[in-house]
Formats: sequence, C-alpha cells, structure tokens
Amino acid sequence: MKLTGAEILCETLTHLGVRDLFGYPGGAILPVYDALGKSKLHHVLVRHEQGATHMADGYARASGGVGVAMATSGPGATNMVTGIATAMLDSSPVVCITGQVSSKLLGSDAFQEIDITGITMPITKHNVVVSRVEDIARTVREAFVIANSGRPGPVLVDITKDAQQASCDFNFEAAAPKLPVKRQRVNYEKADFDRAVELLNSAKRPLILAGHGIMVSGAMRAFEQFVRAGNFPVAMTLLGIGCFPASDPMNLGMMGMHGEAWVNHAIQEADLLIAVGMRFDDRVTGDLRTYARDARKIHIEIDRSEINKNVKVDSALVGDAREVLEQLLPCIERRDRPDWLAHIRELKGDSAVRDIQGLPDNGHLYAAHVINDLWKETNGEAIVVTDVGQHQMWEAQYYHHNQPRSLITSGGLGTMGFALPAAIGAKFAKPDADVWVVVGDGGFQMTSCELATAEQEGIKVNVAIINNAFLGMVRQWQEFFYDKRYAATPMTGPDFVKLAEAYRLKGLRCNKRSDVKSTVEKTLAAKETVVIDFVVEKEDSVFPMVPAGADLDKMIRRPKQDVMLESGSDKDWEMPASALPNVFAEVKAEAAALRGRGQVAKKPVRKAAKTTRR
Amino acid sequence: MAKHTLIAYVEDVPGVLNRIASLFRRRNFNIDSLTVGRTEQPGVSRLTVVVDATEAGARIVEANLYKLVNVLRVDDLTHKPSLFRELGLVKVKVTNQTRAEVLQLTDVFRARVVDVDEATLVIEVTGTPEKIGKFELVLKPYGIVEIVRTGAVAMARGHELLSSAPPLVRTTADDHHPDAASLSMSV
Repeated sequence: MKLTGAEILCETLTHLGVRDLFGYPGGAILPVYDALGKSKLHHVLVRHEQGATHMADGYARASGGVGVAMATSGPGATNMVTGIATAMLDSSPVVCITGQVSSKLLGSDAFQEIDITGITMPITKHNVVVSRVEDIARTVREAFVIANSGRPGPVLVDITKDAQQASCDFNFEAAAPKLPVKRQRVNYEKADFDRAVELLNSAKRPLILAGHGIMVSGAMRAFEQFVRAGNFPVAMTLLGIGCFPASDPMNLGMMGMHGEAWVNHAIQEADLLIAVGMRFDDRVTGDLRTYARDARKIHIEIDRSEINKNVKVDSALVGDAREVLEQLLPCIERRDRPDWLAHIRELKGDSAVRDIQGLPDNGHLYAAHVINDLWKETNGEAIVVTDVGQHQMWEAQYYHHNQPRSLITSGGLGTMGFALPAAIGAKFAKPDADVWVVVGDGGFQMTSCELATAEQEGIKVNVAIINNAFLGMVRQWQEFFYDKRYAATPMTGPDFVKLAEAYRLKGLRCNKRSDVKSTVEKTLAAKETVVIDFVVEKEDSVFPMVPAGADLDKMIRRPKQDVMLESGSDKDWEMPASALPNVFAEVKAEAAALRGRGQVAKKPVRKAAKTTRR
Repeated sequence: MAKHTLIAYVEDVPGVLNRIASLFRRRNFNIDSLTVGRTEQPGVSRLTVVVDATEAGARIVEANLYKLVNVLRVDDLTHKPSLFRELGLVKVKVTNQTRAEVLQLTDVFRARVVDVDEATLVIEVTGTPEKIGKFELVLKPYGIVEIVRTGAVAMARGHELLSSAPPLVRTTADDHHPDAASLSMSV
C-alpha cells in the first residue's frame, strides 16, 4: 500500500498508540496536517508552540507514556526550545515532530528554514533530520523507543516537506527500530553490590533519598518493600514527590533548599544515604563540601554519567531502579533503629512549632493556607501541576501527595509558564482526574493564552493563581540577600476574573481564608475551566530556606513566634546563626560600599505593585 | 589530572562529530586531541579522544559519550597495554650549513624527509605524541616554518577482545547476537 510521508507519519503514530497530540500548523508541516485531518488522531491546537511541548510533557508525566508535540519549521520549531529543555532536564519522554523546508532547499536560508537539530542538540536525548520518505516510519518508531527507554528524554524528528509529500510502501511491522545495542540494563560489579548490602545492613542512621527515577521505572512497589524491609526513613526530591505516600510515617517529606528542616538535618546527620533515581542537584545538596560528611552513599541510578558527578559515592548500582531494588530486597536485614527514628521525630517537633498550618485565621490570606485547604477540599486526590517559584514550594510542602504522578512540576529547568499547558496535557492523559494548576501571577501570565486552548477543547482544568502581585521568589531573594531592593519584582496583571470571562470561562476571586472552601467547591461544581484569583499576602516568604551554596543545615528559618500576625515587620525571618557563604557577604559588602558614597546608608523603601483591587 | 585515552566507535552519520564536540563543550571537558577515521566495518567510524581528566572525570566522559545514540562502544585504553601513534609534518628552515645537522636529527628520530627545496625541508615523523614533541623541540633552533600534527591514535595490544562489548551495528531485537537478551538501549 503506497502512502505519502505525511500519511505514514499519522499511521505510525496511530500504531504506536498515540491518541492526542499537541501542535500548531505552518507551511512546512502542512502535508502532515492534511493527513492528520483524515486520521483518527486528535490534534489539540495550542496558542504557542511552547505550550505544545509543555502539554506533551504534562501528558507524558501524567500517563507514563510518550507525549507528542508538533510544529512547523523555523519559528514554530524555535518556540519549542524551552519546552524541550524542560523535558530534558526532568527526563520526560516527549517526541517533537517539526516540519522542515524541502531537502533541496536545506542550507539555503529558505523562508522559515532553521537548523533546529543543531539548535536542540544539547537539549534533546537525540534528534534527527528525515529527508527520505522511506525513513519516516522507522525513525519515528526509534524516536519513541529512545524517548521512553533508559533515562527518558525528548527526541526531535525534523521531517523535510518533500519527504512528507513523497510516497512509498508502508508496513509498520517492517519499520521496526534498528538501534545500536548497548550494555545490559543492570550493569555493575558484584563488589559494588556486596558493598551496598554491607552498608545497608550495618548502617545505624540510614536515610533514603527518593527521586523521580522511582516513578519512571515503576518501582513504587519494590521501593515500598525496600523501605519496610530495612525500616529506612525516606526523604523526597521535588520530582520524587508521590513515589511514596506522604501519609506514610516513614516519609519525612521534601529535602533541599526549601525542604523541611528536619529532613535536611537528618541528611546531615545520617551515616548512610541511599539515593534512588535522583541526581544530587545543587538545590538538593547545598554546599557539596559540607554535604552529609558523615554518610556513606549508595547511588542507584540508570544513568552512569550521574555517578560521582556531584557527590562521590561509595557504591554505585547502575541500573533500572526497580530491578536493582528487587535484587537488593532479599539481602536486607531488618533493623528497628529506635534511636535514629526517635531523633528524627525530635527534629520534627522543633519544626512543627514553626508551622503555619496551626495558626489562627487573622484576616490575612496566606498561600500556604490556600494550598493546605485545597489539599483538604480535594481529599489530596487531585493531579496538581505547578509552575516555578514560591507557590511551587508551598505546594510541595502543604499538598500531601499519596499517588505517583500526581504532582507535575518543572524541576530541573524551573520553567515559568509550564503549569497551565502541562495541566492541559495531563488532563488529556487522565480525562477523569481532577486536574489543578497552582501557579503564580507571574508564571500564569507567560502562557495564559492557553486558556483559549482549554476553552476550544472544552476541557476542565482548575487554575489557582497564587496572586501576590510580586515575582515572589525573586522578591524573597531580594529581601534576604539584596537588602529589600525590589528591582523589577513588583508586578501588576490583568483582572484575572475578567480575563477568564473574556475566554468564555469562569473566573472567581478569593481574598479571605474563610472563603477558600466555598471557592474550591464552586470550582469543582463548574463544568468548564475555572480561574481563581487567590489574592494572598504580598510579602510572605518560603521557609525554611537554604541560601544557594550554603551548608544544607544552615537554613533561614521562620521564627518561633507567631510571625503571621506581624508579617511585614523587619523581624519576620532569622538568618542562620553561622556566617553565610562568602558570595553573599561579598554582595552585601559591595552593595554597602555603593550605598555609602559620602552618605549614611538609606533604608530601602518598600515598594509594592500598585493595585486597585484591594 | 592525567591524560586519558578513549576509543569510541560511532555511526558514520551526519552530525555525529558535531554531537561529540558539542558534548565536550557543554560538559566542559578538556580535549587534548581528537582523531577520527573509518574502520574495517562500513558505516562505523573510530574516534580516539585524549582528554585531560581525573580518573572519576574520565569515567564521566566515557558515560556521557556512551549516552549518545550514535556512539556504539567506548573503550578506555588508559590502563591497558596499548600503542599510541601520531604523525607530524614539520617544515623547517635549513641553510647549506645546517642541512646536514637536520638530516642527522631526522635519522635519529627515524623520521623521513618528504620534501626538499633550497631553504626548507619537510620531515614526516611518527611516534608517540611525546616523541613528536621532542622532535619539534630539537628542530626549533633551526626555525620551524610550519608544523601539523594528526593527534594521537591508539590501539590495545594483544588479541583479547572485550567480551561484553556489544556488536558494532544497528540491530533489531531478533537479530542473532549471543547476548541479545541481556542487551538493550539502556541510556
């Protein structure tokens, strides 16, 4: 049967089980769009190609399968770059298909020609130009295998227009992937394994660092058995959240820059760290020179290039997390570790005093309250997609995820504007799930055009804008490290309620804690996408905080008194007792020198965004 | 930091050198030399990369190279008995007085004169990178006009093959390879 390249592409995608794809048409991909119209595939028209890649990413992360994004050549392809990089840094299986000018024109700077494979080389797992119709089916199948095998990642397939238009015989079976065969999945020396077992069984104060890899390999069951077998407490990375229930007493919570204080203290005091499917990112370790100095380290990781990259480990078990954990399981001897677990409880007790959840309602609306109430009202069962910034950290701290793949967030790249499109993608992957977007007013404005996509597709995502009229996380850094000089962080925005209504969607506003519950109820009752403008306290900060590059246990903490009542005073946070790393001292000295030119340093004036709403 | 020699077999497809160069740039690895050439197998090229790295750093370079889809196999020859060779062409100034001295040095280094004119000699020298460096040093006083070096190529001594090495071809799962079951696209 002879088909055109465009038809072959659609057939191949259908055979691969693709239902929905996200894209934006244009000249160089028109033949594919013509074929798409005749195929069974559902194409979601986005409003910006960045949205298409984020949607494919959200689709992939919610489903565990491959997400597909499509765009034309030139600007269509370059608009995908941010989304591709996001998927790369968070190991998300996304296949991007771009149109390209005809092969005869390649290299001639033709209209909308751009070397997208060259541009995306460092931010894709693999990419390839297809200029022969005979190669389309096999290349697309290979792209799916590469994207979703080993450590997943984005793959870009750039198809020239003449290849889309030409015809050839199509046989899905015959177009099987022909990829270089590589090493075994589980690949380590027996000595490493024995060493790991010895460390696991002799540790007095062990701690697991659980990462995204557990979800990627589907190791949730094996992981739980592993935790029970050794009675190991568990700390989570941001992307690991959900791989082990938050309600489990062995789950301590998130680690790192905005991790729970007791988790970071436990890491620094542990004598064995068992890192599973995580990569010791700088946001997780703080200063590497002082990171967990007393601890031996075991690293279970599929990507060999992560071994000893940031943290030197004593035993590296390179392989699929599930397979490695299953091999370790029979060798684990159970220990009770009453002292260690009691010590962690003690650390936790100290932090609980500082927790804002128990504070009385004083008329202010705090983001943490919003998220905590949202968690209660949705029974903790929603898929929550977050953007990047303060709201993201509050979500991680106050929404307790028990299900894998129920938190979708941009971790590695920290892409603002990720949340709304990714949530639309997640909703397509899980149409029956309750999908919430938790997003700041800044990030929301980066991709808010995708509300039109949600409206056109008739899908329901619930958007909770945590609106503090600031680029909150940057403001927080300015507060702590730049003497409250709020440069370019106060921010206005549209009336989000009217914006939603302009898109023929429902808009709600909430500025009192007592209204949160009813607002969420109204949102859940609505059939369409709802945008909620949660007008929260402007200058609230995320605590605890490890300053970038500082020791992990040197945290800026929320003070023990009831800070929420006096928020806005200058005494609403405590610097760590010991000196901050030099970088901050230098910045401060420099700033002081600049200010002090012949005059007494002025106290910086607080400026908030002008807003007429309150 | 020490010199590490890695051999990478790569698919001979457009952009593969670009991928490798891009990887080294992105990860901030320090390349000493990089050579590439065909192998006995059609479609497969062989790269010799010399990097300046710590032992752990070399492992990371190796792992990163291996992650590239077009890279079929990576061997580290640093700690194996191996042969290292480089070729250099040196154009050196000579006068009637110095020509004999230069020819004598050429002889000592077992190098060959490949071009002669009234004012210069072009000498071809092969050997380890150190030997070529030495040759350059001794010719310097005469005045070197031009020098070109190929970068090191390397090969392990002896007949033993790496038993776990995967085949240097694109294969499908049903192709017959003794270890096909235990091999897969891992990273």
